[in-house]
Amino acid sequence: MRYLPLTPDDRRVMLAKIGAPDIDALFRDVPREAVVPLSAFDLPETKGELEVDRALSKMAAKNVAAGAVPSFCGAGAYKHHVPSAVDHLIQRSEFLTAYTPYQPEIAQGTLQVLFEFQTQVALLTGMEVANASLYDGSTATAEAVLMAQRLTRRPKAILSGGLHPHYAETVETVANLSGTVIRTPVTPGAAEDIAALIDNDTACVVVQSPDVFGLIRSLRPIADAAHAKGALLIAVVTEAVSLGLLESPGAQGADIVACEGQSIGNGLNFGGPYVGLFAAREKFLRQMPGRLCGETVDASGKRGFVLTLSTREQHIRREKATSNICTNSGLCALAFTIHLSLLGEEGLARLARLNHARASALADRLACVGGVELVTPSFFNEFTLKLSKPAAPVVDALAAKGILGGVPASRLMPHEAKAQNLLIVAATETNTDDDFAAFETALKEVLA
Amino acid sequence: MSMNNQGRPSQPGVAQDNELPTISGDRGLDLEARLIFEIGRGGVTGVDLPDVKVDDTRLGGVRRKDAVGLPGLSEPEVIRHYVRLSRQNYAIDAGLYPLGSCTMKHNPRLNEKMARLPGFGDLHPLAPRSATQGALALISELMNWLTTLTGMPAVAMSPKAGAHGELCGLLAIRAAVEARGEKRGRILVPESAHGTNPATAAFAGFTVDEVPAKPNGHVDAAALKAKLGPDVAAIMLTNPNTCGLFEGEIVEIAKAVHAAGAYFYCDGANFNAIAGRVRPGDLGIDAMHINLHKTFSTPHGGGGPGAGPVVLSERLAAYAPLPLLVSDANGFRLIEDRDELPAGAKPFGRMCAFHGQMGMFVRALSYMLSHGRDGVRQASEDAVLSANYILASLKDVMSAPFGEGPCMHEALFDDTFLEGSGVTTLDFAKAMIDEGYHPMTMYFPLVVHGAMLIEPTESESKESLDRFIAVLRGLAEEAKAGKRERFDGAPRYAPRRRLDETAAARKPVLRWKPDPLPQAAE
Repeated sequence: MRYLPLTPDDRRVMLAKIGAPDIDALFRDVPREAVVPLSAFDLPETKGELEVDRALSKMAAKNVAAGAVPSFCGAGAYKHHVPSAVDHLIQRSEFLTAYTPYQPEIAQGTLQVLFEFQTQVALLTGMEVANASLYDGSTATAEAVLMAQRLTRRPKAILSGGLHPHYAETVETVANLSGTVIRTPVTPGAAEDIAALIDNDTACVVVQSPDVFGLIRSLRPIADAAHAKGALLIAVVTEAVSLGLLESPGAQGADIVACEGQSIGNGLNFGGPYVGLFAAREKFLRQMPGRLCGETVDASGKRGFVLTLSTREQHIRREKATSNICTNSGLCALAFTIHLSLLGEEGLARLARLNHARASALADRLACVGGVELVTPSFFNEFTLKLSKPAAPVVDALAAKGILGGVPASRLMPHEAKAQNLLIVAATETNTDDDFAAFETALKEVLA
Repeated sequence: MSMNNQGRPSQPGVAQDNELPTISGDRGLDLEARLIFEIGRGGVTGVDLPDVKVDDTRLGGVRRKDAVGLPGLSEPEVIRHYVRLSRQNYAIDAGLYPLGSCTMKHNPRLNEKMARLPGFGDLHPLAPRSATQGALALISELMNWLTTLTGMPAVAMSPKAGAHGELCGLLAIRAAVEARGEKRGRILVPESAHGTNPATAAFAGFTVDEVPAKPNGHVDAAALKAKLGPDVAAIMLTNPNTCGLFEGEIVEIAKAVHAAGAYFYCDGANFNAIAGRVRPGDLGIDAMHINLHKTFSTPHGGGGPGAGPVVLSERLAAYAPLPLLVSDANGFRLIEDRDELPAGAKPFGRMCAFHGQMGMFVRALSYMLSHGRDGVRQASEDAVLSANYILASLKDVMSAPFGEGPCMHEALFDDTFLEGSGVTTLDFAKAMIDEGYHPMTMYFPLVVHGAMLIEPTESESKESLDRFIAVLRGLAEEAKAGKRERFDGAPRYAPRRRLDETAAARKPVLRWKPDPLPQAAE
């Protein structure tokens, strides 16, 4: 087996040194009834690289990659162009095959990246501090709600109807254990009166902008209403590129920001791994979940970086930790940081404007198709259309024509009567005018 | 010199304590990297994009007014910066990385290539069913490998790392307890457990009750049984345990746990010692997460991403979270809606958006197909053999609390051999850095004083193991002889000397901030 360096001779010599007659002797603590022969496993034997490559390539070929056809799927995961330098750099052995930086003297590469990452996330979200990443946007949102419950010692979390339903379900799964979660009704393309629901038991309001339909929501009035009642505003962002064109959640009064960072540096990967961005006001630092990297000096006075404030964390604090998270999303955070370093201020601003311009052009074009109505008056790079027919079969029919025509809202909210005909459509810098034309033509045919 | 926001000097490479200081601050191939915020500037970018104008009519009145504050860098500058940073990291590709419990084994590059096939890497999670059949087939095949290797009937694929898997398992247990109309709020956790175990139990709303270890490193089964009662929901036991020992009484423990109406959660972090030889399902386990980034070698990436699928027993299978993968005449399908559930399914909720760490699934299946069942078993045997070889080769100069052996895939030492030398476990570990090795896991498990937990994995040749053993013998002999030069102030030859962690925590600097503008002179 090509990955195993020990030879049969090595194994004999090593067993002799140990003083064991055979390998079985090393497993002597295992109850006899629990040891099974190899034949008990109905699985194939070793394969060479070529055979594995063939088998997996065959599976991959049965999928339709976003880049292979005109593709307009978003709803929490977005197709963007990732510069070649990003994937090259994250595959450097020293980044790819290192562990969590427990020995800072020989992990300064990872640690300095995390420090840069935390700075970028804080700048982008308009917050004072950010952690070294969580798993993804949805789990970051759940952690934010738990943090708000701890900070306010209040039970109730109010989730906006515009929050991605997968995120809402992720929050409910954990936050109902420590409190109560209330979801407001969905209002596709329109704001909701969430402020009226905030009471003295409310720990936090969770609002996504742009929301799951693509609508941009102004957070400031909600922040003011929450703060007036002693509650916190958690802002959720599923499309990180939008922060290049829209006012940051921090500037709009958010207390905690949970953001999906996939759009910057990371591929679609059928849903994971992604990277959760988590930022907050500095006064909430001690209740933050996850790793934090901090600047310090070494014994000779050189600047260096270490994991810090770990008394919040599971490996020190055990059952009193702020979260159980250990492994997070380090390499995806690295990809995010490299891509954002390449973009810089001007690149991010251009990318964000370009996304909005592409989506605007597509929205105008599709809104002219018979049986199509644009329901989101504001949007960044994703908007929602109301079709004359249920959207799910339309998407299937478009797929049959070689177009990935967006996400039917009913896939995310199957029981929502008003969502049945809604189609969530994203357009990014990767979509060409030819893609638009193909989409328009196919949609006309399907709706005819 | 610039200062950080706590008033400390903030500049790389300012001091050089030995040899002739260089003018640049770099030393040969030791190249320093400033922060991107210190290199970048306006007017430059590493990505060429058209400069389109957009109006505000569709921006909801919240168009950004201020700059983000990001630095501008060209592509060559970005590449140089991150290449320089990478060179300040130790990595398994560069040398033996014996972090016990973390399983730093070889990461095959084929797996990276497979995960980047456009059909996987560029596949949208909400693409129509017809566009994702190959991806769903891959997940199904991986599920078959995981359930077959563990002898368990079901597996939940969405947890994103080990601790997330623990949470998934405990939430399934909570749902099962509630479905029986019972209230059980206590979880038993051995004191040798990973910190994630008690943290997860608390996260899932349980109270934690610690079970002591016996002097021989095994969990005290009698104490554990004595703590069982009608309020105990589950035990969380790591097996092989964090002392590197197989809990031989596990079947007895499982029976007692089940007789008390509780569930058996196994922390599968150490499954790599027994994969292909022992099926956890045969031991009476109800739920176990599998760290694909440990046992099945998806790269650790400097702290993730991982993946933590959870295998479930018959008693818990019904409570697996959404989404569920099913197949019918039309192929594979994800069930994301409670109204479409198969008979008997009662999912406790959802762990995350979408369906789990697909990129890790591809790598793990690539690893499994490459190894085959025979290679998986051989890998486990070689990992155990190598750890025992290290234990046998070092126990005369270092102190091994359970040195009579055998151990499983990791060899545990304590600091008894350093007594009176003035050298601590930390000093010993830092001296290993100067010898070109990443230190072992230190001060864990907590049940052993000054613990040093060495996990060589199956990826080392005998020559590599012998060299490592020779270095550790040399260090141990010098420490015991009171020769402290190598230990005091180590490491000397790393990119940094020991870092001041106290200062970092006392006045935290967690991000770069621009220097305040100098005050204009009056």
